[in-house]
Amino acid sequence: MRIAGKGLIDRSETVGFRFDGRDYTGFRGDTLASALLASGVRIFGRSFKYHRPRGVMTTGSEEPNALVTVGRGARQVPNVRATVQEIHAGLEARGQNAWPSIGLDLMGVNDLFAPFFGAGFYYKTFMWPRAFWESLYEPVIRRAAGLGALSGKSNDEAYEKAWAFCDLLVIGSGPAGLMAALVAGRAGADVILVEEDSRMGGRLLLESHQIAGRPGADWAADVLAELGALPNVRLMPRTTVTGAYDGGTYGALERVALHIAGPDDDVPREGFWRIVARRAVLASGAHERQIAFANNDRPGIMTAGAVRGYLNRWGVAAGKSVTVFGNNDYAHRTARDLSAAGVRIAALIDLREDVAMPGDFPVHAGCRVIDTVGRRGLREVVIADREGKVSRIVSDCLAVSGGWNPALHLACHLNGRPDWREDIAAFVPRAGMVPGLTVAGAANGAFSTHACLAEGAAAAEAVVEDLGLRAAKTDLPQAEDAGVRIRAYWEVPEPKHRAWLDFANDVTTKDVRLAAQENYRSVEHMKRYTTQGMAPDQGKNSNVAALAILADATGRAIPETGTTTFRPPYTPVSIAAMGAGGQGKGFAPERRTTSDGAARDRGAPMIEAGLWYRAAYFPRPGEASWRESCDREVRMVRERVGVADVSTLGKIDIQGRDAGRFLDLVYTNTFSTLKPGRVRYGLMLREDGMVMDDGTTACLGEGHYLMTTTTAAAGQVMRHLDFVHQAHCPDWDVRMISVTESWAQFAVAGPLARELLNSVLETPIDGAAFPFLSCGEVRVMEVEARLFRISFSGEAGYEIAVPARFGAALWRDLVARAESLGGGAYGMEALNVLRIEKGFITHAEIHGRVTAFDIGLQGMVSAKKDCIGKAASQRPGLTGPEREQLVGLRPIPAGRAIAAGAHLFDEGAAAVASNDRGYVTSVCWSPTLRSHLALAFLKDGRARIGGRVKLVDHLRKAEVLCEVTHPVFFDPEGGRARA
Amino acid sequence: MRLTCPLCGERDRREFTYYGAAVYADRPHAGAGPDAWDDYLHLRDNPAGETRDLWYHELGCSAWIEVTRNTVTHTITATRLVAERERPAKPKGRGRRA
Amino acid sequence: MPRLIETAACEGLLPVVLPEVRLSELPFAPVTSVAAFAGKDRAVGTALRKLGLGWPEPGRSVRAGEAACLWTGRDQAFLIGAAPEGLAGVAALTDQSDGWARMRLQGPGAEAVLARLVPIDLRVAAFPEGAVARSGLNHMMMVLMREGPQAFQIMVFRSMAGSAVHELAVAMKALAARAALG
Repeated sequence: MRIAGKGLIDRSETVGFRFDGRDYTGFRGDTLASALLASGVRIFGRSFKYHRPRGVMTTGSEEPNALVTVGRGARQVPNVRATVQEIHAGLEARGQNAWPSIGLDLMGVNDLFAPFFGAGFYYKTFMWPRAFWESLYEPVIRRAAGLGALSGKSNDEAYEKAWAFCDLLVIGSGPAGLMAALVAGRAGADVILVEEDSRMGGRLLLESHQIAGRPGADWAADVLAELGALPNVRLMPRTTVTGAYDGGTYGALERVALHIAGPDDDVPREGFWRIVARRAVLASGAHERQIAFANNDRPGIMTAGAVRGYLNRWGVAAGKSVTVFGNNDYAHRTARDLSAAGVRIAALIDLREDVAMPGDFPVHAGCRVIDTVGRRGLREVVIADREGKVSRIVSDCLAVSGGWNPALHLACHLNGRPDWREDIAAFVPRAGMVPGLTVAGAANGAFSTHACLAEGAAAAEAVVEDLGLRAAKTDLPQAEDAGVRIRAYWEVPEPKHRAWLDFANDVTTKDVRLAAQENYRSVEHMKRYTTQGMAPDQGKNSNVAALAILADATGRAIPETGTTTFRPPYTPVSIAAMGAGGQGKGFAPERRTTSDGAARDRGAPMIEAGLWYRAAYFPRPGEASWRESCDREVRMVRERVGVADVSTLGKIDIQGRDAGRFLDLVYTNTFSTLKPGRVRYGLMLREDGMVMDDGTTACLGEGHYLMTTTTAAAGQVMRHLDFVHQAHCPDWDVRMISVTESWAQFAVAGPLARELLNSVLETPIDGAAFPFLSCGEVRVMEVEARLFRISFSGEAGYEIAVPARFGAALWRDLVARAESLGGGAYGMEALNVLRIEKGFITHAEIHGRVTAFDIGLQGMVSAKKDCIGKAASQRPGLTGPEREQLVGLRPIPAGRAIAAGAHLFDEGAAAVASNDRGYVTSVCWSPTLRSHLALAFLKDGRARIGGRVKLVDHLRKAEVLCEVTHPVFFDPEGGRARA
Repeated sequence: MRLTCPLCGERDRREFTYYGAAVYADRPHAGAGPDAWDDYLHLRDNPAGETRDLWYHELGCSAWIEVTRNTVTHTITATRLVAERERPAKPKGRGRRA
Repeated sequence: MPRLIETAACEGLLPVVLPEVRLSELPFAPVTSVAAFAGKDRAVGTALRKLGLGWPEPGRSVRAGEAACLWTGRDQAFLIGAAPEGLAGVAALTDQSDGWARMRLQGPGAEAVLARLVPIDLRVAAFPEGAVARSGLNHMMMVLMREGPQAFQIMVFRSMAGSAVHELAVAMKALAARAALG
């Protein structure tokens, strides 16, 4: 029901929306909760476990009951708090956890079985038979108990992430936050003021207080106008700070477009901010507690602060006849504000005896609520006086205040524990729990408006001084300064029916006492046994009462019982927001070679190699499968000439007087003796003796080398070289930089490779003057280029490198020329076959657990010098017959296919782990040798060459007998590469 | 978490790559015994309190950094360039740490 | 024999133009990595000064007309827009001209766009004109320089130009759409 003349909504603008299939209207400025309350809706959803009808309880993000699903299809969002969701045209929301509807929920039968559903019920009941758990019990329980559901569809909406930096982050825009922002803002500090609500002002919007003789909301509006005009102040409404992290970093979730009807596709729905602040003021206010009494969960039972909040901010009376029940003076404000607005107050019930409250409503001092009536919403409140005399009050709304819990969560996110303050019956933060963060106002246990203003100002003044700025004198405006008067009270004793603590997870006082009785005495154990505080609201209204009852049940004091651990996020954060920027193409950058466009033009499928995309093969008309293309490309290279893009290999330019010496340290073999114009193959170990990488290094000139790494390990090698230099020999004169991206490099391989190259080189080369493993500068089509005579195919091969801007042009030219010679481009598949035929290793073999000995390259570990990994490589156990050694395998017969990952066993031995003799790392069909081939690691493999092993592939259910061979299958003398 | 690169200043953790205990920068000399190598390669303290470890400013300036931090409080007390730390006199690394 | 044709790093990708911000490719210019050899810092500084520049402090650049010398890492700077005259022999010189896609992001929204992708403090006080940072553009290594109050130069690996433009364009469009919300 709307009350004329009350509230901060814009009554000139009506907004239509749908809830649970019915049309409603509200006003601009309404939340879903306020608009539905105004329309007389009482049931917002069904409870988690018992499917009890539930209504809205609060005005904020701490709401445990009014969780709804917003939107449809892939874009539906479950568990949206109706108290946070702003209404907009086209908004469509539904209640949750009910079937067929929240009004008529057949699952409500659960409530009848409530005696069975106490804490630990599932743990105890569904134990046997074991197999029933996954197949029967869990699915049924999950359907019956729960919150909203995900759509199961991929959401295409935009989310974003962003960074912000400031001198002072102010969290919360109530009186304390506004004052802090004003003081720091006027002093010139860079301030970010973050407010969870759509409108700034915090509790000032919900109360009828005056500040400086004017309504608090007006004062807030003036302060915000001033702050908005300051260039150094940034206002972020609709943003919740969700976590405090190390180093002054805060996570914050901004609801960017959840309040907008049909936003543009480019608009992010939510943004996740990482805010780095030199200082922060936490002015997050406080959450009002319930009191546990029998049937305290009926729709219409709300926190007292919420009942007057709906009136003052949204002009909504939550009931026609309101009863107020509390243990503190703040509850009285609800009776006063509602009464003043003409809403009938049925009674004010105060647990304390020494209270008096002027007003035209009955005041029951020293009384308590012992039960309520009304299956689908509150109808009557049952009270007992100090003598135990019971009476009934007809009432459709019960406003309850059990006191206030400072919202100190963020202050505890770095594992700090709060202190108990007996005088206000609440936990308050300790100073310094989060470095750089000060807590002010109600979050700090200072509840009066004056105290909030004063603490906010003081906190900001301290920050301003810390930052070396000068605070302008800011006078505190006049405001109420009532002291806290409260009698700690958590539950009405011996309830006849269940009395709820955690409404969202359906946890009752009985559950907590049961936990204590079953010896879950630690608050952390009680939490897990009962699920108290584990729902989306994380028990913001209920945790303190639960631990107070646990304290009582275990005969301990509240501070001794302690709190559970506060962890981020403060409110739920959608995974889409946290992972923003990482969806789709944002998951990882794509690295494209200069031949990428040409390869795609040819229809070449791409293989990912790290971040790189490399052509797998270049299909030609008539080729039905990748194998046909691959076989053709292999034959091309063996018989004519092929061109492959090898730009993705890491290239590191190394210069300096000590460059050769440095290479000697990082490679197992010697490079300081390499002459300009020559190239050498090098093997690099990790310090633990395992092979890290291999590749060729060219000497470009005196003290100037170009190292190549594998594509996969380029980053790791760069990091390693930087480490070796900076940690072990920072005074050596050596300078390194990656040039991977600078050069487009193409392998030209095959018997006609030289003929092809000479058609583009300005000065032709001949085989003798440019022998195998030489390098030099050449000119290709008027461009300076580098030529290396190296071969990863076993054929006469060259790699030609041009500055990357010429790569695309050179590639097209080389491929066209190769085609005119009967060859063409070849891709990764053919490259792989060619190298397996030659027994050349890749990271399939040097996978991090093999030594130089294992791959038969122990001779490359120089005896004459130290190198990284040398000492460890000579440890016992890293050499010898017990090691799995690199061998080749040929299936018998040659046409039997074999698969990488298969394991090796002795002929006749059972294929079980204890008989394992090794495994297959690389396989191919060799069109050259007309056989399947494999590279494998086999225990004592070199001694078994010529023998047989049994290859078993458990995964694909294959068993193949293989001949063990030398890993070099083709041209073992290497004559072709030298031709 | 934020780390101060001695060259680039304070940066977010995501720019850095963690690399384990700082003792890994103190490589034994070539002739050191197996115990020294075993210690260097495999044995690490796991203190509740102050620890020193290596970070690589990979998305930044490529400097290797030694970070002194407290595993209990998360306080970072010092950062310095690995290249500028005082290096152990050679030969080093005989014997095993207690 | 015909001369090989050059292809720009961001060929076909740029410019991206929105009301508050514009992303464009910078014209090709020589980029040389300069790393002084041991004990040659002063000689390198002298040679750079002869070019009207100088050795930049960490996180800074020295600029003169079209030429600039940007600090890019430990003992390393990029000389952009000028040949490395007088530096041979005193510094390791490595041609980086082709290794980077160089872009300019310009306009009143430039800083906000970068705040979506770059994890560093870009407020003018912390990152004034001429400031240089090695950092990340989302997952990509980047060299970033503030050229003016509303202009940044962005350098990413050439192979990642497509991804970089995509990321920047997404952020640019999101901000434009946000601004349209009012």
